[in-house]
Amino acid sequence: MPTQYYLFLSLALFCIGIMGTLMRRNAIIIFMCIELMLNSVNLLLVAFSKMYGHADAQLFVFFIMVVAAAEVSVGLAVIVLMYRKVHSVDVNILNRLKH
Amino acid sequence: MQEALFWIVSFIAIACALGVVLSRNPVHSVLFLILTFFAISGHYILMNAQFLAIVNIIVYAGAIMVLFLFVIMLMNLNADAEPQKSRLVQFAGALSGGALFLVLLAAMRTAALSPLEKTTNDIGLVANLGKVLFTDYVLPFEISSVLFLSAMIGAIIIGKKGDAPNREVASGEQLDGMDNLVNTEQLSTGANANLPNAFTEADELEAIS
Repeated sequence: MPTQYYLFLSLALFCIGIMGTLMRRNAIIIFMCIELMLNSVNLLLVAFSKMYGHADAQLFVFFIMVVAAAEVSVGLAVIVLMYRKVHSVDVNILNRLKH
Repeated sequence: MQEALFWIVSFIAIACALGVVLSRNPVHSVLFLILTFFAISGHYILMNAQFLAIVNIIVYAGAIMVLFLFVIMLMNLNADAEPQKSRLVQFAGALSGGALFLVLLAAMRTAALSPLEKTTNDIGLVANLGKVLFTDYVLPFEISSVLFLSAMIGAIIIGKKGDAPNREVASGEQLDGMDNLVNTEQLSTGANANLPNAFTEADELEAIS
């Protein structure tokens, strides 16, 4: 099995995540697309770990999962707080942050 | 056999990832993302990384996506209330994502990668990963526990900030008398009649009295 296949698969997943981040306005969906991008990177790291025969990349994936879990808990708390304040999860409403 | 499984699981992963982006209902997006994570776990199993496959299912599909689902149900989001960007912005987003895909594909098409090894098959097993984790990566492992603690405290503090005024009202009521309580109860239900937590707040005040 060539490693290129996994490279192209994770590229496709990463670009789908970027497309979702750019196309959607719902903050939760944007957050889920970021998770998708993290997972595509995990997939590529595992493929490279298999290619080189080292376990280090799989531990990096493990730590990425740890950080992602912490990030999701804080990020969802922020989204819930935003929903309580403005009663919407539309990111266009938050454009007053730039003033 | 392995190649056929690779194509099937890849097709499922990409189709479900597109479903995440394109479906209008947020709950469907979450369910498609869970299917994508299962497909990625299938890839991990194909690459003999059993530990990461199980952790991926438990942590992502089990914990994180259930959290997303709870938040979406808490906010009562559905396809009708879903905000949509204009056609032009959506087209520009799809175009720039596709352009990035083509550029990266063209850049990495000629990358000199050796094929996946078949000889060392036990690097992804729990015994081997645990040995490496607790010898070479002990310090990051301990630091990640501090990270979890700070994330937990941060999530609790951010989550409490929103309903702090309610708590003040409730504790102020306990100090004041019964007659005051009824007045403020009417006032609070009148003021936040559109809020979903107005009813729970009133119930809470009744329970206190």
